[in-house]
Amino acid sequence: MMIEALIAVALAGALVTFVAPNRIAGKLAFAISLVPVAISLWMFATFDGSGNALIDGELAFESQMEWIQLGDYAITWFVGLDGISLPLVVLTTILVSLAIMSSWTPIDMRESQFYGLVLFIEANLIGVFVALDFFVWFIFWEAVLIPMYLLIGIWGGPRRKYAAIKFFVYTNVASLVMFGSFITLVFALGDGVSSFALPEITEAMLNGGPESFAGIGAGTLTSLVFVAMFLGFAVKVPVVPFHTWLPDAHVEAPTPASVLLAGVLLKMGTYALLRFNFTMFPDQVSQFVVPIAAIAVISVIYGAMLALAQTDLKRIVAYSSVSSMGYVILGLVAYTQFGVGGATFQMVSHGLISGLMFMAVGVIYNATHTRIVTDMSGMADRMPIAVGVLIAGAFGYMGLPLMSGFAAEYFIFFGAFGSEASTYMPLFTGLAMFGIVIVAGYLLFAMQRTLFGPFRLETDYEIRRAPLHDVAPMFVLLGLIIALGVAPELIFEMITDAVDPIVDLAAFGGDA
Amino acid sequence: MAVLEMPELTALAPPMILALTALVLFTYDSINPRSTNRPVIAGVATVGSLASLGVAVWFILSGVGTPLEEGGNGVFDLFEGQLIVDQMALFFMIIVGVVTALVSIASYDYLRDHTYQAEYYSLILLAATGMSTMASANSLVTIFIALELASLPSFALVAILKSNRGSVEAGLKYFLIGAMSSAIFVYGISLVYGATGHMQLDAIANNLDAAEEMNGLLGIGVLMLIGGFAYKTASVPFHFWAPEAYEGAPAPISAFLSSASKAAGFVIAFRVFTTAFPLDAMQTLGVDWSIAFIVLAIVTMTVGNFAAATQDNVKRMLAYSSVGHAGYALIGLAGLTVDGGELVLGAAMMHLLVYGFMNTGAFLFVALAEYWGVGRTFEDYNGLSKQAPVACVALAVFMFSLAGIPPFGGFWSKYFLFTGALEAASTNVWLLVVAAALVINSALSLYYYSRLVKAVWIEDAVLERESLSQPTGLYAAIVVAAVMTVLILPGFGPVADAAINAAGAIVA
Repeated sequence: MMIEALIAVALAGALVTFVAPNRIAGKLAFAISLVPVAISLWMFATFDGSGNALIDGELAFESQMEWIQLGDYAITWFVGLDGISLPLVVLTTILVSLAIMSSWTPIDMRESQFYGLVLFIEANLIGVFVALDFFVWFIFWEAVLIPMYLLIGIWGGPRRKYAAIKFFVYTNVASLVMFGSFITLVFALGDGVSSFALPEITEAMLNGGPESFAGIGAGTLTSLVFVAMFLGFAVKVPVVPFHTWLPDAHVEAPTPASVLLAGVLLKMGTYALLRFNFTMFPDQVSQFVVPIAAIAVISVIYGAMLALAQTDLKRIVAYSSVSSMGYVILGLVAYTQFGVGGATFQMVSHGLISGLMFMAVGVIYNATHTRIVTDMSGMADRMPIAVGVLIAGAFGYMGLPLMSGFAAEYFIFFGAFGSEASTYMPLFTGLAMFGIVIVAGYLLFAMQRTLFGPFRLETDYEIRRAPLHDVAPMFVLLGLIIALGVAPELIFEMITDAVDPIVDLAAFGGDA
Repeated sequence: MAVLEMPELTALAPPMILALTALVLFTYDSINPRSTNRPVIAGVATVGSLASLGVAVWFILSGVGTPLEEGGNGVFDLFEGQLIVDQMALFFMIIVGVVTALVSIASYDYLRDHTYQAEYYSLILLAATGMSTMASANSLVTIFIALELASLPSFALVAILKSNRGSVEAGLKYFLIGAMSSAIFVYGISLVYGATGHMQLDAIANNLDAAEEMNGLLGIGVLMLIGGFAYKTASVPFHFWAPEAYEGAPAPISAFLSSASKAAGFVIAFRVFTTAFPLDAMQTLGVDWSIAFIVLAIVTMTVGNFAAATQDNVKRMLAYSSVGHAGYALIGLAGLTVDGGELVLGAAMMHLLVYGFMNTGAFLFVALAEYWGVGRTFEDYNGLSKQAPVACVALAVFMFSLAGIPPFGGFWSKYFLFTGALEAASTNVWLLVVAAALVINSALSLYYYSRLVKAVWIEDAVLERESLSQPTGLYAAIVVAAVMTVLILPGFGPVADAAINAAGAIVA
């Protein structure tokens, strides 16, 4: 029942905050959001699951309840955690709390509605990671869109209306494609499944797969569904060429929404890829390994080059997310313990680092009211603390050893290089490594231009030191990034435990 | 339960309570003709419709209408099969009760300056009586009488704002098209009678063999009946009246007509085509009506959606959206196959129930806007969330639910329709097209539904507004409708069971 408590606290908190007076809404929401943090940390401490949730694993905090019987299929309230989902749940609760605190300065209108929506989004994000029934999962998955749409649309920057609707339409159309194809697949599985529980569907997929349906042959159908679902999730991740909603949404979103968008929403896409495409369709993965790896490498390189071309700090961070998500795809498609495990680790690590970067850029923007690289220089003089954190975050992005970004990228490269998924994997890995060089290039370039040198600022805005509640969340994130960098086994052990059953599915053995 | 002991006629309690309430209001009005004691009048109407709703819910829970073999209290055949109280009848009586209650509560504020109070509510309740009776009508004669009982008060209700040109014009258009479609409907009845020699639905089904030599006559009769249903449910090709009538009518009446009246139109269509014209028998006769419904469903949802997307007036947008939703509900008939189809028919019933909450709520929000006098277009609604956040949350719930986005009730019912269509596709491949049309239209509909959400939440007001009042009745109705639209998601299990059982009983 702990998972239900987690979601219920966030939902109830959202309602309470929504009707609370604006004056206290921020503090109230923060206080409420500490409860899910405490619950999720307690879950982390007492986690006793093992194996993969979809492949006969021992679930932790499992709970199952009949919901609706629809024809031959049962829809159940089915939630539980394994080593892949638990780190993501902890990441979500922590990031939400920190994002709330970091909004105290920039959010100055309709506060109670803002914080209510943030808590509502938290409930749904947790739901996405804990749900083990397709319907429960899909409801949470879609419900994330509405609060995010409003967060961008109401509190966003000058082009917020365009960005909000673009985000909504892109991701909703992608969801429909994915939804329709998955339902078709379940129907085609025939008598093998009697519910929408993901473990049951996984089992049916691994033991024979679908029959022909409505005149389409079984093999073709499986491949079609695989591709359609991959495309559906690819928009969410996003990978090139489905990434165009992301810079708009990120740049226009208020800082706390950017933090959640980059930190958790993008992980929904990669998490879903891992749970659906890479767990249920091992044969299709090996069939499509070259195109997927190519997409991953293109995302890494092209995303980084796009970032290189930007002058807006927030756009730089946004595009570098595209690049980082490319690594995740590369790790997944490698289908080795370190590849898939590293990809999962990267989800958590990137959540922390990108959250940190967006917060730091937000603090600088609060102080200067500009994010344009050429408008400022020498910020290190005036805002030493914020700048220090920003530099630390940038090094995390570049993969400085002893920070989580290094561990994640090392795992992925190690896993991908040794992968037997395709003979070209070492080539793809080598190409992707170039991404790091470009990342280092644009981050160092932007840092040097804005932070160092003589002080200059093109806006007539008086700089004040960032208050403690702006800086504290960044230090918490930095602490976590370093902790995971020094001791990745904190979460990597439970991740590999959950990843191993997936890797064993690979047709080519999958050690390394 | 004690229900077993009651005389058979008590099974008709839901419509009878509505009729009784209408008569009470008539009596009150004749004793005290100029009374504008709104709390009493609206109160009586609300209590009456809630009582009807409560009894219908109680009946369905206690097994009235469930066949004896399944452990229920049996299906009630009244007046030699002219009226029937089965699960489907009760299900639709619930929909009518819900909408009538919501509309009565909301009208309390909406009619604050209106002269004819008691007349208004008694007309609503009479129309509701007709709709409730339509749910249980089991013969072409009773169907027609119930239909007229529902229609005549509706014409008057649309035109009840006598000094408002729009309202009167809408009433006249609604009446003329209504009269024409009634004529077509009656002519269809006479042709069916000519071909089979019966009016009672089961008797028609039993005598379809006799129509073998007159299957052309029967076919034309069936086609004309479809025309009558299309009018009542605002489906293509008889949907033209809907935007006119809904736009001109007082907003609570638009809510009433587009939710309850549409549902009532569907229940007779469901009953007539499953009971009187079973698909297998009709296909042997060469009158395959499922093709007609497949075409109608696709065309109706597409026309409704595209027209809704181009509107600037919120009420007209909702009116066309209601045409689109008629298209979704028509899948319930389009998806019937010789192999059955209780899933798809049940899904259509669920959709009409959910629609009863979300669409009524949406129109009541328009009523609220008219009450405030903020204007009619999307632009006029800009920035309302600053003054009325609670009502605007409810509006967002209605819009996203109408678009079929989780976590709201509209998602389930649309999804069930989709599943039902896919299931039927194994027998009739054209249902794949219907399923695809449903998904594509749902995706398109998000455009204009989210436009309204965007207007109230994201856009800034064109003109500065004073703070807006919070009329109790309207707010209560809107909030209840929104809460139900959300709560029906976790509570969908019993709803789905009831609908699928009811559909299964009538398809089999």
